[in-house]
Amino acid sequence: MQLTSRLLVAAAKIISGYTVRWKDSMPDNCQRIYFANHTSHLDALVLWAGLPPHLRQLTRPVAAKDYWEKGWLRRHVASAFNALLIDRREVKVHQSPVDLMIREMDDKYSLIIFPEGSRNNKEEMSRFKSGLYYLAKKRPDLELVPVYLDNMNRILPRGEVLPVPLLSNITIGAPIWLEQGESKQQFLSRARQSIIRLRDDEE
Amino acid sequence: MLIDTLHLLLTGYIQESSTYSLPFEKRTAWLIAAVMILLIIGSLIGKLLERSSEERLNSAVVRSFNQRIRSWWLMCAILIAGLVIGQAGTVVLFGMIAFWALREFITMTPTRRGDHRALFWVLIIFTPMQFVLVGLNDDGKIFKFLLPIIAALFVPMRIALANDEKRYLERSAKILIGILICVYALSFAPALLYLEIFDSAGKPWSTGDALSANKGLLFFFVLITQLNDVMQFGWGKLIGRNLIADRINTSRTVEGVIAAAASSALLGALFSWVTPFTFWQSAIIAVVISLTGFAGGITMSAIKRDRGVKDFGTLLQGHAGILDRIDSLCFAAPVFYLITEFFFTG
Repeated sequence: MQLTSRLLVAAAKIISGYTVRWKDSMPDNCQRIYFANHTSHLDALVLWAGLPPHLRQLTRPVAAKDYWEKGWLRRHVASAFNALLIDRREVKVHQSPVDLMIREMDDKYSLIIFPEGSRNNKEEMSRFKSGLYYLAKKRPDLELVPVYLDNMNRILPRGEVLPVPLLSNITIGAPIWLEQGESKQQFLSRARQSIIRLRDDEE
Repeated sequence: MLIDTLHLLLTGYIQESSTYSLPFEKRTAWLIAAVMILLIIGSLIGKLLERSSEERLNSAVVRSFNQRIRSWWLMCAILIAGLVIGQAGTVVLFGMIAFWALREFITMTPTRRGDHRALFWVLIIFTPMQFVLVGLNDDGKIFKFLLPIIAALFVPMRIALANDEKRYLERSAKILIGILICVYALSFAPALLYLEIFDSAGKPWSTGDALSANKGLLFFFVLITQLNDVMQFGWGKLIGRNLIADRINTSRTVEGVIAAAASSALLGALFSWVTPFTFWQSAIIAVVISLTGFAGGITMSAIKRDRGVKDFGTLLQGHAGILDRIDSLCFAAPVFYLITEFFFTG
């Protein structure tokens, strides 16, 4: 498994040529939720690979079960980067994705999530789903770290199988928390704004 | 006088030790040694400047000087590694450089979703294929036709198939300029290794196994383009008054270009012993390299200005910006190849 992970990191580096920029935040092994914009199947892999090795072992990307359980290769890849697979179609009452995430995080792991839900092929980010809010509410101790992934939609856009190996950027911003008395909508739009700000700073 | 004595000494030395087996010729080894000494001196100067830069010198200039020296060490290492591995090794290394340069170029120019498959063809199929064709070295030199004809027709067609008419011409042009500069033009540099060269007296010049003398010529070419870059910058700072195109580039001046061409001529003549050219031919060819190198620099500046980036290195933090270093090389390579092929292959 160690070998597959190394190969994955190397492949992610070759295909996406990413550079990582920590902006107003530092790598740390405290428990975090990295939340990012989502435009490509490579997003989870690249963001995970962009973390320093000691954090990679403690960080699990949350990914769609229907995609990552299809076929031997995808399953193997998903288990190599320790993905937490969520069933998007069958959401049960006591098995909600948020509960599952909190249970799987324990007091050890950090997660990578994409609050837009599914990959976005428009210019602007879609509205955030509420999972991030409930995570923040149930675990107020978590650092919620915004990440902007640039150019991934050109490397492997929605509906394509073969990647074009251009260069990309990962910008990791300052953590946010749920404020006292903040409503769900306020919080979600603030979280979304924190990613947009990282994008605008870059340009 | 000095040159002649040196030349006599060197040729005498080379003839004497002709049985000695290096992966490249003795005179190439001499050139490499000279470059290494220059680089060591450059690194030392860089270190000294770094120490004393706080009070007297512009630290940005010192930093870019040191950056340049570092990337030259890398370039030199790559060239030497290529020369040791052989012709094919050099071609592969240049292929990788072209791939990376094109990647930077395309990353910087916005494309649309519909260009994805065309870009895949360009980066994954045409770019490697170009260098494979250079390495195959058939007599028809088919590598000269792949990109300007086949790819130049294929790319617009592939974009058309994607069924998106927005800014169609612009998108096709961007991709074609990218492969023309980063891949096609650059591939003429390693192609030099395959020419069977005769000197101006009509005697075969490319000697030894696999035309190993040509490796020295390639090294000479890269050396002159790189030194010319620096001299253009340096002379421009020292005596430059009139900017050539102030909206495109704020450091290229008429005086800088002329002075750099003159200094390149001197350098070309100084190093003529590693080439098939005579003293004067070498000087003239160095001037051509200098001017085409300038053409590459100013063209790349215009592209960068259009995209609103200062250099390709700042486009993505931490990347060296290969395109910034090889722009002059890309423009000079086809012209240098053409001159060598036309006048010196018998």
